[in-house]
Amino acid sequence: MQFWYFLTALTLLSALMVVLSKNPIHSVLYLVFTFFCISGHYVLLNAQFLMAVNIIVYAGAIMVLFLFVIMMLDLRRNMPDSKSNLTKLAGAILGGTLLVILVAVMRKTQFPQFSQMGGKFDTQTGMVENLGQVLFRDYLLPFELVSILFFVAMVGAVMLGKREAGERNF
Amino acid sequence: MEIISTLFIAKAVFIVAVFAVTLGVAAYSTYFERKVAAFMQDRVGPDRAGPFGILQPLADAVKMFMKEDFIPTNSNKWLFIAGPCLSMLTALMTSAVVPFGDKLEIGGGATIDLQGIDVNIGILWVFGIVSLGVYGILIGGWASNNKYSLIGAIRAASQNISYELAMGMSIIAILMLSGSLSTKTIVEAQQNGHWNILYQPLGFLIFLVCAFAECNRTPFDLPECETELIGGYHTEYSSMKLGFYLFAEYINMFISGAVMATLYFGGYDYLGNSWVAEHWGENVATLIGVGALIGKALFFVFVFMWVRWTLPRFRYDQLMNLGWTILIPLAMFNVVLTGFSIISGWLMIVSWVGVALLLVAIIVYDSVTYKKKKVAVN
Repeated sequence: MQFWYFLTALTLLSALMVVLSKNPIHSVLYLVFTFFCISGHYVLLNAQFLMAVNIIVYAGAIMVLFLFVIMMLDLRRNMPDSKSNLTKLAGAILGGTLLVILVAVMRKTQFPQFSQMGGKFDTQTGMVENLGQVLFRDYLLPFELVSILFFVAMVGAVMLGKREAGERNF
Repeated sequence: MEIISTLFIAKAVFIVAVFAVTLGVAAYSTYFERKVAAFMQDRVGPDRAGPFGILQPLADAVKMFMKEDFIPTNSNKWLFIAGPCLSMLTALMTSAVVPFGDKLEIGGGATIDLQGIDVNIGILWVFGIVSLGVYGILIGGWASNNKYSLIGAIRAASQNISYELAMGMSIIAILMLSGSLSTKTIVEAQQNGHWNILYQPLGFLIFLVCAFAECNRTPFDLPECETELIGGYHTEYSSMKLGFYLFAEYINMFISGAVMATLYFGGYDYLGNSWVAEHWGENVATLIGVGALIGKALFFVFVFMWVRWTLPRFRYDQLMNLGWTILIPLAMFNVVLTGFSIISGWLMIVSWVGVALLLVAIIVYDSVTYKKKKVAVN
């Protein structure tokens, strides 16, 4: 429990630093660290598969590409003009709305009490075998639909990135 | 309580031993790299420090530590220091899930697994750490504030991302065979000579090529291509920071050798395993198994060196071409082939026949297109 508090504090701190740090590279590195902290939470919940996939997909692939793009663009030189007050206001309103929605959902949700579950729970729920059983038995159709969605997105990305005839990308 | 504390100490000793072996092998890999290079180029190689130059790694370490530690003025100081640290960290973390041996009986009826941790996501852990390995290079290259370093770092990043895909696909075929992500289960399924290399010839080839690319070894050492980039991502590094970068590369070589032995060459399995266990005792058999695994890993380290001093470096577009248009389709073909072999029940026959058919198809296609080209020229 104490470890949970420590990890949560670390997560919040690094997530704040993502927003607050001036250098975009530092922001990305703090974001990577935040993903690690979230993976730590997955381990505490005994969901090791989610932890590994979180690290591989987010920290290992997507964040590397983020870092890549920011390094290539060299934002220190091509810094966009500082944001106007209107943009700041719009951002604050949008973020606040999201916060309200999340809090409302949290309040609505009925978390099952420990006593309601017969006084015991399955520690193996988060293991990869059980996750696979659930995904490929109970949620097979949504899973396959999501995979088709991903496939469409992938084809779209390839189409966008394709070189037109006679165009030079470098 | 007594047994638990004994187990704790035994595990701690084992983990320290794994670190010591990894670092020792990495240090002596530098010596053997130069000896192998010398042998291939008909030279003598290092022979001054100690008999046969055996103390050369020690001398190199002293030299590295004694050199001036230089941090460029306009660099990002903390990230500049963090780069080599991250490289070493990610290089050393992978060995946690490699099963170095079977159970070892220690006094008091307690047995320990000769493995850091046996988690049920073992191979995903390896994959995740490999994908993190690029951060050390990327951060170090960017923090140097040098365009050659940056280009080297970006090359490394794009190369690693490209080859990870094919690597993951070749691992999927292994998972289809063993039905588990745990490295221990994968090794146990291969005991008594049922090594995965017999069922996965194409998968092993893909994995080997990807391992070369992930370790940034020749012929894929574009990130440190001297002729184009001075020194690549570590141009601005000196002293032991440079040493850590080079050291991490050798550790990666050894660990990827161990992973390849685990996945494809039966891990700690060796010929006559059960005979030794029967006649000389379980513990002796286990210890010989540890030796067998390390021997296999060292053989792969030698293969890495062998290829380095045999093949020239690729061009960058060739490297990307190989990764995206050849290895990934091959890996997909391998997954389909493994599926067919599992359904048919003749695992070995179907996988080898599939590879043979693929080769025939490629040769036929190649000869047909070659003739067309010839006609066009005439």
